[in-house]
Amino acid sequence: MFIYGIKKLALIGFLVLVSTTVNAALQVLACEPEWGALAKSLGGHHVKIYTATTNQQDPHHIQARPSLIAKARRADLLVCTGAELEVGWLPLLLRKSGNPNIQTGNPGYFMATDYVALLDKPTELDRSHGDVHAAGNPHIHLDPERVLKVAKALSQTLIRVDPENQTDYQNKLDSFIKQWQNRIHQWRKQTDSLKGKSIVAYHKSWIYLQQWLGLNELAILETKPGIPPTSSHLSHLLASMKKTPADMIIYASYQDDKAANWLSQKTGIPTVALDISPAKDETLIDWYEQLLNRLIKVQQ
Amino acid sequence: MRKKLLVASIAIALSYSHPALSNDELDLLKQQIQELKQSYEQRIQALEQRLEKTEEHAQKANNTAQQVEKRIQQSEVARTTDKNTANSFNPAISVILDGRYADFDNDPDAYELPGFALGGEAGLGEEGFSLGHTELTVSANVDDKFYGELTLAVHDHEDETEIEIEEAFIQTLGLGNGVTIKAGRFFSAMGYLNEQHEHAWDFADAPLIYRGLFGDHLTDDGVQISYIAPTDLYLQVGAELSSGDKFPAGGNSQGVGAWTAFTNIGGDIGIEHSWSMGLSHWNANDIDGRTSGGHSHAGGAAETPSFTGESKITALDLVYKWAPKGNPKNRNLKLQFEYFQRDEDGIITMLNSAPLESSTYDGDQSGWYAQAVYQFMPQWSTGFRYDRLSSSNSGSDSDILAEAGLDDEGHTPERYSAMLQWSPSEFSRIRLQFNQDKSYEDSDNQIFLQYTHSLGSHGGHQF
Repeated sequence: MFIYGIKKLALIGFLVLVSTTVNAALQVLACEPEWGALAKSLGGHHVKIYTATTNQQDPHHIQARPSLIAKARRADLLVCTGAELEVGWLPLLLRKSGNPNIQTGNPGYFMATDYVALLDKPTELDRSHGDVHAAGNPHIHLDPERVLKVAKALSQTLIRVDPENQTDYQNKLDSFIKQWQNRIHQWRKQTDSLKGKSIVAYHKSWIYLQQWLGLNELAILETKPGIPPTSSHLSHLLASMKKTPADMIIYASYQDDKAANWLSQKTGIPTVALDISPAKDETLIDWYEQLLNRLIKVQQ
Repeated sequence: MRKKLLVASIAIALSYSHPALSNDELDLLKQQIQELKQSYEQRIQALEQRLEKTEEHAQKANNTAQQVEKRIQQSEVARTTDKNTANSFNPAISVILDGRYADFDNDPDAYELPGFALGGEAGLGEEGFSLGHTELTVSANVDDKFYGELTLAVHDHEDETEIEIEEAFIQTLGLGNGVTIKAGRFFSAMGYLNEQHEHAWDFADAPLIYRGLFGDHLTDDGVQISYIAPTDLYLQVGAELSSGDKFPAGGNSQGVGAWTAFTNIGGDIGIEHSWSMGLSHWNANDIDGRTSGGHSHAGGAAETPSFTGESKITALDLVYKWAPKGNPKNRNLKLQFEYFQRDEDGIITMLNSAPLESSTYDGDQSGWYAQAVYQFMPQWSTGFRYDRLSSSNSGSDSDILAEAGLDDEGHTPERYSAMLQWSPSEFSRIRLQFNQDKSYEDSDNQIFLQYTHSLGSHGGHQF
């Protein structure tokens, strides 16, 4: 019996030895589409990207599915948001992957929120306030200035993981920075009319966008972070909206739209569903421009 | 423009109201107007200059403000790194608070599964109010090579509070090539549900086959090695070597008393569907005196059946999940099926019987369950489960087998369960469950009202 067990172990050992991965391109596992898109811009043909979530999925509520473990097992670089956004599934993926490249502290472990300052850091950590993130609000990709910082850090990480293509990564970063800064300049002008507009949001997903555009958040539809709206909370909101109406109600396209629509019907305030992340194969620039255009359109 | 208009209108007004003005007077007037114009222009220029200066000042102030903001931001980053020193090395700690109210038509002490000798924690639990599994889990990365986890379960057992080490293991972190080694006490990778803690289950009680074969959970002390293939399709193979001291093995074997081999495959179909399938096999060749509860007969002598021999279990598990647009937060469906089959060959002895009664034993037991859980809106889900067992055990003395609870008494145990649960947040859950339990001849109706709440660190979203 014991010998039988040893045989099994030997078989597994053999399988380990024969499994040598021969892949030229850097395997990148991006937790959210925005980081997939950024890695694509900065890595070009040197990277092969798999994005763990789509812009229709709430990145907090993902399970450590077998398919994701299989991807984590082969990844050379992990590009995620951090700040506990993926706390429900990323630690499991790391533990199950058996992959040293992407473990905490290794060059292949890249968390975007490690490179920027976060807003909304809770002063009190108590779950009666809902599902709060201790490190601060993680949705940083909605601030173009912060994206720029992340881009610079990610480019350095790409160079560290794959030093052979250093000059190429440097060039790609330079051209990205140039394009992005041009756009920032244009976007600032285009969105001047949005400054000072007041919004109601479903979840505190947009605070970096709000800060960048100068939007004024009047209320949140969720009772508390991660807790769906209740009817009493909504009727309370309705009363306050009648006194001081907001200019628009914003929600992410993956969020439940019932509460937003209800409030809109009662008050006539327009709703706008925004893709909080780029669609498949969409670039960061195209996605952000579309998002801004939708806001401008609603407001007109 | 305005100034010109003003001058013109004054001139016109003057020329109309005093038509008899002489040329000298007109010149004087013109001169005065000219002076007036000049003085206004000078004052306007001065004002414009002042405005420019003010704007400059404002710009400067703005710049300073931005610099300050930047410094604050930088200092914030610095502060967060500062904070990661003393306390953040504390491991993640979470506590599961679990309690319930249970109501049974039949006496829970009379519970049995004909054809299966119950052991471990198998049983219905207490009627009325009681605490379930109170769990304390402490976990952290030990260093860059290892992860460690301890789970203590506290529960009452016959008026005594017992602390049990449910799991205590170390595990390699990123050993390389998809290999992970685990050592210590851990839930075996047999089946699908077995690796999950009770609080992660979708029903208040274990499937009948888990109750019949494992006493709810297969756990042992040993080592596990697993390997994940570098393929797009998830493919895991692994093996466990364990002491074989714990139910459903037993005795005090020196060295390796039981081993397990398992394989799991899984993947996604499009964005909305995901699945997994597992095959596993457990083997204990040298069981020496595995005791279990026998066929209960009120007031009878405490004769305990004891099994010595060889035991093999083979299992198949299938899991399928669906979520619209792959986003399970609002709605999702989970289908789950597991089948187990056990072959045993050995001797059953009735301990404490005089003279000592024993019989040869050739056991063939199997069972399965299928369940569906549907979250129909955020916070709310409902589920149904069907359980079915069968056995065909034989031996030299059928009376002894009957006494050991290994005679199926011509009965096929089955159970229907339905539940409705409300989870206000990821950390709390209140569940109402109804069972129609036909485990033994007298069909039993069981109701559970259960809460399962977690404190502390955020648990993992297992598949």
